[in-house]
Amino acid sequence: MAAAISYDDVEPGMALPPARYPVQRADLVRYAGASGDFNLIHWNERVAHEVGLPDVIAHGMFSMAEAVRLVTDWAGDPAAVVEYGVRFTKPVVVPDDGTGAVIEVSGTVKKKLDGRQVQVDLVAVSGGEKVLGQARAIVQLS
Amino acid sequence: MALDPKLVGRTYTSAQPYEVGREKIREFADAVNDPHPAYRDPEAAKALGHPDVIAPPTFAIVVTRETSWQVIEDPELDLALHRVLHGEQRFAHTRPIRPGDQLVCTLTIDSVKQAAGMDVISTRTEIATVSGEPVCTALATLFHRPEESA
Repeated sequence: MAAAISYDDVEPGMALPPARYPVQRADLVRYAGASGDFNLIHWNERVAHEVGLPDVIAHGMFSMAEAVRLVTDWAGDPAAVVEYGVRFTKPVVVPDDGTGAVIEVSGTVKKKLDGRQVQVDLVAVSGGEKVLGQARAIVQLS
Repeated sequence: MALDPKLVGRTYTSAQPYEVGREKIREFADAVNDPHPAYRDPEAAKALGHPDVIAPPTFAIVVTRETSWQVIEDPELDLALHRVLHGEQRFAHTRPIRPGDQLVCTLTIDSVKQAAGMDVISTRTEIATVSGEPVCTALATLFHRPEESA
């Protein structure tokens, strides 16, 4: 494993470069196919409305995968992410309007841990709402 | 219709090993719009110290799908997929998942409770190779919305 970032160069409070990840209906269909999660609420408006959702929502796992790209791109080696967890606090609503939604992700080094690891806390916002809670990665640095 | 606390401790095991495919890793990386070369190019992965390409950090969800499905299909839990919401997910990787891995999942129901009128089910899935090498632990919390609240 070879993270591009050295533990010695990182301090708590350091911000990772923020990123914006767009998501459209076609992304959800493709993610459904790749992941095998064909839950109707991720592509069928009628069923989404029936269960009380405002519209089709992204797979939580799709949003989780987008958010961690901030960390894997920063670390250089995706395997540097040894732990990663989130709460799905609000759905990412993806309207069929030709534009879709955007997930805006920012991250901060929260603390330095033993074994040259750091904790990175992530914030993911879509439609003005925080869509992930306690989004946190443990990253093995060089 | 609160879930029976006796469900805690129930385990579900992969019907057969999940064999990780190189193209499946690529397909998954494409599906999350992640262009990182370590998911596609063995040379790029080797430059990072890996023997072969690696899977993205959340790929383990694909491996756990079959045992998670066993939970959703378990008649004693009486869940409807479109009423299931994913509440939490966490992965702790012992090592990255790679092509050719033959992986077996053992899912345990850690807890069942009610919150805000929903059933809340927490599960722990240990992913290991067929020879017993631990690869990843996946923790998930599922919310089940009852029909009458829809």
